[in-house]
Amino acid sequence: MTVAPERVHDYPFNRPEGLDLAPAYRAARTAPGMIRVQLPFGDPAWLATRYEDARFVLGDRRFSRAAATDRDEPRVQYHRGNGGILAMDPPDHTRLRVLVASAFTVRRVERLRPRVREIAEGLVADMVAHGSPVDLVESFALPLPVQVICELLGVPAEDRHLFREWSDGLLSTAALTAEEFTRNDQELSAYMAGLVAQRRAEPADDLMSALIAARAENVDRLTERELVELCVGVLVAGHETTATQIPNFAHVLLAQPERFAELRATPDLIPAAVEELMRFVPLGATSAFARYALEDVQVGAVLVRAGEPVLAAIGSANHDETRFPDAERLRFDRPETGHLGFGHGAHHCLGAALARVELQEALRALLALPDLRTAGDPVWKTEMLVRGPRSMPVAW
Amino acid sequence: MIMTWTVSVDRGACLGSGICAGSRPDVFKFDGHHGTPVTATVDPDEDVLDLADTCPSAAIFIHDETGAELAPR
Repeated sequence: MTVAPERVHDYPFNRPEGLDLAPAYRAARTAPGMIRVQLPFGDPAWLATRYEDARFVLGDRRFSRAAATDRDEPRVQYHRGNGGILAMDPPDHTRLRVLVASAFTVRRVERLRPRVREIAEGLVADMVAHGSPVDLVESFALPLPVQVICELLGVPAEDRHLFREWSDGLLSTAALTAEEFTRNDQELSAYMAGLVAQRRAEPADDLMSALIAARAENVDRLTERELVELCVGVLVAGHETTATQIPNFAHVLLAQPERFAELRATPDLIPAAVEELMRFVPLGATSAFARYALEDVQVGAVLVRAGEPVLAAIGSANHDETRFPDAERLRFDRPETGHLGFGHGAHHCLGAALARVELQEALRALLALPDLRTAGDPVWKTEMLVRGPRSMPVAW
Repeated sequence: MIMTWTVSVDRGACLGSGICAGSRPDVFKFDGHHGTPVTATVDPDEDVLDLADTCPSAAIFIHDETGAELAPR
């Protein structure tokens, strides 16, 4: 049997403005096998757009993140940052992950809920004191997770203006010069190394102090560099995505007022609403963090050869009708679980439990504003790996 | 005598993150939409305790032969 030459699709499909899922995903999901895509930089890759395929690739250890380090990883930005634990495989990955993950378990995070609620309600009170309209991003969505992760990790929240700039630079897909990119990276690491030195002299009840203690107990378990990188990773990953999803959720709910009214009438639906919104919102501007096959692996109808990269299209998988019937409809009583909004497998979001609490408390606090509505068009981020409003005027 | 540990997953609590099966496929596998132990018992293994401790839904339980709960801690 002859096989037709494979068409390679230019990727990413999604437009950065708005939260629409590009129609090309639906076409890819209904075609047999996986499709081939070419990103602006790096190797051509397989793209898993169906739920079963995406979850399989993310969850199977024969697909390696560590192998991407030595390859020309498919990506939208020229520069390649230090991937931290997202560039590692088990067991090395597990060794570092558990050190941090112990601060993010459901049990530990539930103890933070009252404080998260207090911060969220305080920010809403400040908005009310200021009066309509305000920018939901600057006034609420950003300071909430920044304050929470700073307190948890042990970083002064008043340094926000400093590390936001570095953090933006690390996650940006903009055409930074090599010098700019490296300077961002080094300045943030130097800043964090300074904080680690302070905490070592004066320990506190925070994650940074716990990591310092873990290294003091067993220097082979955690190198100094890994310690600093973990703290940087927790700080950056610990606020950017939540700060982006809060206005995204508001954007979706304000466009579907009947769903917002449903939450207002029945606040017990908030946890289910957060799960459904995590499924519903295709956050990624692109698929990233390709997994390289360590051996030949059958994925659905495709035999992925050893050494080939596969990208999982999470937004597409979460809209796969075979897993989520009526996928385009936002419904808080959806019986299907297992959305991939936090990823899947060894690299499943470390902060998922904290993100859930923050998103739930954010919605709860915003519901207290009577008649919350948009007060102008949002300005969308256009040069980030995640999609969401850079600013979003709201009134009430 | 070698002690063995009992591994169990609370399917009601499991959210299907796949961290366990993705990290230690010799101990956990993914069955439908939930993690599940590959075998009911394992030899003592610190990594397995760590995975139970840090499961995002606290759905993994490790007991020793006396029935004492070793994890989540």
